Amino acid sequence: MPYLVHSPEDRAAMLETIGVESMDDLLVDIPQSLRLESLQLPNGLSELETMAQVQALADRNRVYPDRLTFRGGGVYRRFIPAAVSAVTSKPEFYTAYTPYQAEASQGTLQAIFEYQTLIAELTSLDVSNASLYDGATAVAEAAMMAYVHTGRNEVLVSGYVHPEYVQVLRVFGEGRGIKVRKGDQPNKKTAAVIFQQPDFLGLLVDAPALTRAAHDAGALAIACVDPISLAILASPGEYGADIAVGEGQQLGLSPSFGGPHVGFIACRRELVRKLPGRLVGTAHDAQGRRGFVLALAAREQHIRREKATSNICTNHSLCALAAAVYLTYMGPYGLRQVAEVSFKRAHHLAARLAALPGWELAFPERQFVNEFPVRVPKAPSVVKKLARKGILGGLEVNRWFRELKGVVTFTCTEVNDPSAIDELVAALGS
Amino acid sequence: MTEPLSFELSRPAVDPPRLPEADVDGPGPADVLPHDMLRDRPPGLPRLSEPEIMRHYSRLASLNYSISENFYPLGSCTMKYNPVLNEQAAALPGFAGLHPYQDEETVQGALELMWRLERALCAVVGVERATLQPAAGAHGEWTALRMIAAFHHSREENRTEVLVPDSAHGTNPASAALSGFHVVEVKSGPDGRISLADLESKLSPRTAALMLTNPNTLGLFEREILDIAEMVHATGALLYYDGANLNAFMGICRPGDMGFDAVHMNLHKTFTTPHGGGGPGAGPVGVKADLVPFLPTPTVERTNGHLELDYKHPQSIGRVRSFYGNFGMLVRAYTYILAMGGDGLSQASQDAVLSANYLRKLVEGDLEMPHAGPCMHEFVASAHHLTTEHGVRALDVAKALLDRHFYAPTVYFPLVVPEAIMVEPTETESKETLDSFARAIKEIAAEARTDPQSLHAEPKTLPVGRLDEVAAARKINAYLVGQSEDPVLRWKAPGEGAPKEAC
Repeated sequence: MPYLVHSPEDRAAMLETIGVESMDDLLVDIPQSLRLESLQLPNGLSELETMAQVQALADRNRVYPDRLTFRGGGVYRRFIPAAVSAVTSKPEFYTAYTPYQAEASQGTLQAIFEYQTLIAELTSLDVSNASLYDGATAVAEAAMMAYVHTGRNEVLVSGYVHPEYVQVLRVFGEGRGIKVRKGDQPNKKTAAVIFQQPDFLGLLVDAPALTRAAHDAGALAIACVDPISLAILASPGEYGADIAVGEGQQLGLSPSFGGPHVGFIACRRELVRKLPGRLVGTAHDAQGRRGFVLALAAREQHIRREKATSNICTNHSLCALAAAVYLTYMGPYGLRQVAEVSFKRAHHLAARLAALPGWELAFPERQFVNEFPVRVPKAPSVVKKLARKGILGGLEVNRWFRELKGVVTFTCTEVNDPSAIDELVAALGS
Repeated sequence: MTEPLSFELSRPAVDPPRLPEADVDGPGPADVLPHDMLRDRPPGLPRLSEPEIMRHYSRLASLNYSISENFYPLGSCTMKYNPVLNEQAAALPGFAGLHPYQDEETVQGALELMWRLERALCAVVGVERATLQPAAGAHGEWTALRMIAAFHHSREENRTEVLVPDSAHGTNPASAALSGFHVVEVKSGPDGRISLADLESKLSPRTAALMLTNPNTLGLFEREILDIAEMVHATGALLYYDGANLNAFMGICRPGDMGFDAVHMNLHKTFTTPHGGGGPGAGPVGVKADLVPFLPTPTVERTNGHLELDYKHPQSIGRVRSFYGNFGMLVRAYTYILAMGGDGLSQASQDAVLSANYLRKLVEGDLEMPHAGPCMHEFVASAHHLTTEHGVRALDVAKALLDRHFYAPTVYFPLVVPEAIMVEPTETESKETLDSFARAIKEIAAEARTDPQSLHAEPKTLPVGRLDEVAAARKINAYLVGQSEDPVLRWKAPGEGAPKEAC
């Protein structure tokens, strides 16, 4: 059987060493009435047959080419340098466990330390944790921090924050008795103002004003940010936000039907003790050599149990490693180039789409980066028509926001080359 | 050997990577955005060439122990072999290239995989339905507790307490607290199993659920599980199964048959998805019929071979993460289940139990066994005698094992055993490996008697020796209270307020 190592002789010898007759003697504590004959599952397959079945399932999916994917909504097609998977597919990284034994886990620990520094630099905040599950749970964890820090039990969600993030926030909030309200007028009950920059539609919000409003009410400002946009946009630390969170999928991770990706969270120094999850810091051995350890564990569930800042244990280390390789590969100017190319192409596309008969920008007075909402006549049939031509067109957002009927968001990144943009526009014109 | 940080290797003269130009007419950020929306200065990312980056990470990789090279007897973590086929499956473009917001018609294969995986997991644990959304075990626990809360709420019952045994994983009480419950601890009896008398005294009309791991964290099967289930259900509470130890009895028995109402599974333990140095994992939750209406949305439904994402569950707790879970991990687990089949999974658990009992037998002369066997898939030994007689602690044993090229067992957990050493060999380690591990334990125990001092100095062969976490914590504290500008939790460029020696 695949992946099993004992031969029948091994098993017999091991039973003999233990001093029992059969496996049943080792399972005596299980009541007979509970014992199964077998599992109601088919028997195992050869590797060849296994892969044939899995491949057949993969073949029933339609994969749109990167360059013809203009749909975003939280997951984006980006250029992924070959270096990323070359590193994350090293078995020393992907088959290691959470680095409990620091001396035998320096590779993982140092990589996380570098990731923490990269995220802190990107957001201009003091400290980042080792990673969270995704953007949605990162928003929810940030809200929990604000709740604990301020002792207030309401969080305010301003504008078009990703609807799934808000749904997750609500479920988290219900557990702790935290109310989630939409709006941008914080008051004395408000623990935090949460906004997304750019928002779910791709539009830029007035982050400094929202931050000031939060602070004036004694609340924290939580900025949910697009990490690549931070190469050009003012960072949360620059406009004074207290916590920055976001989805890191764009930093070297494939769409993979929505996961696994990585949530990031960074905060000001004063809030570090309230951070959820793992944190890696430097330490030294008796000879003065620098190494890396899991730090501030007293916040965590395995020490604090029911008083922990979060229940998170396993996080998304390998995805954080991918993000670290990506950001290191890009460097400050590579990342800026990616962001600028996306910006320019998206603005070029927006102008061409807005020129189509009956099409118009949904919010022409608002700025955007590389995703934007367009009002499209007969949107559902337009999107279907594009699919027939092999193009993954924009995202119809009225499935979440009824007031946005006919509004479709398009996204453009460095993978959508000029001829792909021409193809999209031509397909819409035909 | 240690490796400098990427930030320390960075050289400003290095060219950025070659990337496409925009090649279209379109304004740049500075052309259209007001100045105050723009970033003041570029982020302080390192600047390195690709060859330097690849060498850097290869060197970092060489500083890790991993299941690919080392025996990893980490109790409660089920560090078994991660089949390379799983990685190949998850990387198929037909999975890795799917956008989560594609039309359902174009992702039928992905939904079919999720549907089949859900059925397979339900068959293994004996429940009605499951959600694949939770991203990790703790996330699954919390999801289950949200469902349990919704269940009681729907019956207009106000149940505010969750019972958790003192031997439980820390995530149990943390998940319960985050779900708004008051945590009540239930004591273990002298045989290492939950005390029925104590349970009886803690059960009340306020009890929402009992969270239980079976076999428990001592590796012991809760023999009285059927009585426990009856007691819990008699008070109107539900029984929650922590699936951390599911590897003990696949095909042997099922939590659903024991009376558990909600069951979480760790695909990154039992179903071989890799741990990734601390995730990503996946923590599906299976439930009995009573809890099905409360499952997170969307569920995957299949009608006449057509699959769809179903959001129409008015009693659902809602969504616990974005999209549909860690899909890439689901592909890996499904691939594993296909390859193993019902027969393979059953054999895997039997071998896991056999290996644990075998190893337990081999080391019982050198380590204390606080509880009588047989054990299930893991056992908890104690170094207490070495501590009292020779001053050698469980931590010393752990570090000495590292010097012998074994990863260390889980130490100091569960909390109910002093100087605990928790060993889980799994079914994918050969008899020879187990023998060599036992020899290492014997050597270390002998060294504890003859030369305990040298054990305090281990590990000696790794890139660094024991790291002073206390001093690190002190420095972090100084930073957090504003007495130092060295954050310790990140690198800071010299001259940015960090002391000369960067860390």
